[in-house]
Amino acid sequence: MTRIERTVDVLIVGAGPAGLAAGAELAAAGAGRIEILEREQEPGGIPRHCHHSGFGGRFTRGGMDGPAYARRSAAAAVRAGAGLRTGVTVTGWAGPRTVETTGPGGLERITAGAVVLATGARERPRSARLVPGSRPPGVHTTGELQQAVHLYGQRIGTRAVVIGDEPVAHAAVDTLRAAGVHVVAVVTDRPAAPLRVRQRLPLLTGATVTGLTGRTRLSGVSLRHDDGRTTTLRCDTVVFTGDFVPDHELARRGGITLDPGTRGPAYDAAYRTSRPGVFAVGNLLHAVERAGVAADEGRAVAVSVLHRLSGTDEPFGGGRPLVVDAPLRWVAPNLTGPGGARPLGDRFVLRTARRLSRPLLVVSQDGRELHRQRLLLPAVPGRPFHLAAGWLDRVDPHGSPVRITAL
Amino acid sequence: MTVTITTAGEPAAGGADGTYDVTVVGAGVVGTAIARELAGYRLRTALVDASDDIGSGTSKANTAILHTGFDAVPDSLEARLVREGHHRLTAYAARTGIPVERVGALLVAWDADQLALLPRLLAKAGRNGYHAARIIGADELEKREPHLGPGALGALEVPDESIICPWTTPLAFATQAVRAGVHLHLNCRVLDVADEPGVHALTTSRGMLRTRYLVNAAGLYADEIDRLLGHEVFTVTPRRGQLIVFDKLARELVGHILLPVPTAAGKGVLVAPTVFGNVLLGPTSEELDDRTATGSTADGLHLLRERGRRILPALIDEEVTAVYAGLRAATGQEDYRIQEYPTQRYVAVGGIRSTGLTASMAIAAHVTGLLARTGLELGAPRRLPPVTVPNLGEAFPRPYRRADLIAKDPAYGTLVCHCEHVTLGEIRDALSSTVPPRSLDGLRRRTRAHGGRCQGFYCGAAVRALFEEAQE
Repeated sequence: MTRIERTVDVLIVGAGPAGLAAGAELAAAGAGRIEILEREQEPGGIPRHCHHSGFGGRFTRGGMDGPAYARRSAAAAVRAGAGLRTGVTVTGWAGPRTVETTGPGGLERITAGAVVLATGARERPRSARLVPGSRPPGVHTTGELQQAVHLYGQRIGTRAVVIGDEPVAHAAVDTLRAAGVHVVAVVTDRPAAPLRVRQRLPLLTGATVTGLTGRTRLSGVSLRHDDGRTTTLRCDTVVFTGDFVPDHELARRGGITLDPGTRGPAYDAAYRTSRPGVFAVGNLLHAVERAGVAADEGRAVAVSVLHRLSGTDEPFGGGRPLVVDAPLRWVAPNLTGPGGARPLGDRFVLRTARRLSRPLLVVSQDGRELHRQRLLLPAVPGRPFHLAAGWLDRVDPHGSPVRITAL
Repeated sequence: MTVTITTAGEPAAGGADGTYDVTVVGAGVVGTAIARELAGYRLRTALVDASDDIGSGTSKANTAILHTGFDAVPDSLEARLVREGHHRLTAYAARTGIPVERVGALLVAWDADQLALLPRLLAKAGRNGYHAARIIGADELEKREPHLGPGALGALEVPDESIICPWTTPLAFATQAVRAGVHLHLNCRVLDVADEPGVHALTTSRGMLRTRYLVNAAGLYADEIDRLLGHEVFTVTPRRGQLIVFDKLARELVGHILLPVPTAAGKGVLVAPTVFGNVLLGPTSEELDDRTATGSTADGLHLLRERGRRILPALIDEEVTAVYAGLRAATGQEDYRIQEYPTQRYVAVGGIRSTGLTASMAIAAHVTGLLARTGLELGAPRRLPPVTVPNLGEAFPRPYRRADLIAKDPAYGTLVCHCEHVTLGEIRDALSSTVPPRSLDGLRRRTRAHGGRCQGFYCGAAVRALFEEAQE
């Protein structure tokens, strides 16, 4: 087995919004030889197939669509001087900061001064959600649907049911309609929100998917409604949307500690993971945030990486874990540190498992209250809400994990 | 020899008089094995199947274990054919590249009653001619399987139980048979069998097919074919087995095939690694009357998760890659129902349940012997063309790790399916192979593409594009 051995200063895994922004920032800062590896043939990550506007709004008034944003992000990284290689897959680790890769040019072993993981997130497919029934063709995630329609122009079906009502479900509806597919219903197990804005959607609330039917092709989606009724929606296509999960294979195969809530690497405000010199950014950390948030993290990690390269970084391990009580699902970052560092935007991101009406968030450590904060809006599953980080300097660096509770 | 696979039109014979010497009904693992065995003689052989692919019924959805037969009913036909089949298939897999991993099995006792049964099971293994089993205590068990749930008291160790690829096994058989001249007719459902002098006239969904000898290896439909020949010997009662496939990241949780101590209710729920590097939990055991009910159910999945949580608690927190269900062709008798009818030039191969994959090659040899006793003149055996199948096994070097292959053809360095590390080269090879896939599902069974944890989120559209391009 022959592998080409190479060394770079910074290796970035994943050329989505976070990885490309990190590459651009580090190259511009003169961090040395920066290489971004992307396993897809084209850079840009998920925005490549998001044909809706709203990307990059900070820089372009009104925003642009996903593919334009993807092209622009990739061009910016290359222009800044980062090396970008597509069609190259990182297949595993061969050392603390050494990875093995496969590409059409052969096998490589690349060692870096710092590694930035930006491997993103994906939607849980039907199987992972344990939806029973038969296994006919016609079952998709939004990611697959968007690629099929926007990148390959494939035929989808005629009648579709969309599962989920997070923003990505709306993107799925738009894609289906663009492909000429009739959307029968958008199904969510959540109760009807009291003040839901009327949408142009056939929304079915309070309904759980109990099974799929059909043999050579999907023929229906069976539902159980909150009042006990069961129905079957006739359709030939179903799209499971949302329920994003970090693509953490590489992190986990590297023995990097994961946060049990996010299922991404445990990380601190400097984007450091449990492995020295290995950083993580973007939706690998907290599925799933907008492309702009991921890109901001990519830019922010540059400072930490530069410290690492120049030997001025603080040792890892001084931070305290942050834990949440149900119904909160997770908090990110999920470690304090380094020193008095504050997370991006001076705030933590949180998610909840069920709707909370204007919750009171209480931060405590060893029974000592550090902070309390009333949210002005309801917290809704599948959408981020935030906790100010001003209390971080009151954390006892030798104390127990910091606990966040919603009252 | 020219390769003949048809999917439409009259399933005409290749011979001058339009009649096959032998026709095998059912291209599952047993039917393809029989066709391959017959290909070793100068016979005009046809292999017909109602579906559009080989191995697409019971054969595609099982526990993928290469059994030693240690727990078979002693002196049964099944016991003999499983034991013999284990040796034959192990050797064949080594020649053709079908991935096999000898991980060994541990039959775990979870209470005193089960522990007390182990010596009896050890003795039974001995009566089945298997002498390498031994009983281990709780301490050694914990050392071997540190993630096992609390309460395990000991185990019967069966070091030769192995895991095997359930998809490339029938593929190897079919490929070798077809290359040796066997005609494979797909989408060809047998509707009726008429008796003409010296010939069976099969009415199929694609027209008439004539054959002098007939082998019924129709799996779940074997009783229906048997009835077409006038026999009322057995009825197939589909026994559904639902299974959950866990993510590859769970593979390190388990080293052996973890079997429960069998009860009157059946062999029970097992946890086993797969050759693809996943972990399997299942199967359920549900008697049904619908031979098409290959769906999973909420109750079935709940039961499996409950059982799995006790056996390997950490497993249940891992991501699920796939859920599937298969139907075993149970006939109410604890043995194979292989029966020859000399006056009819007919052999029925019924009741081949979960051990069919292991026993397939021995069943094929046995059936060929019965055909000879029924009057078929086999003639001198001949050498079959050698066959190698694509390696889908994680324990063996797959193309994406092979610098030599990639240097010759960069397509083997171009990954299309990221979760399963399937390359463009492998997909192209499968699409242009001797027995090509006729659906995305068939392509998945030949390459693993689209079968990983994302179930197509990343690669679904790309794999479909390659498949559709090849159909044009």
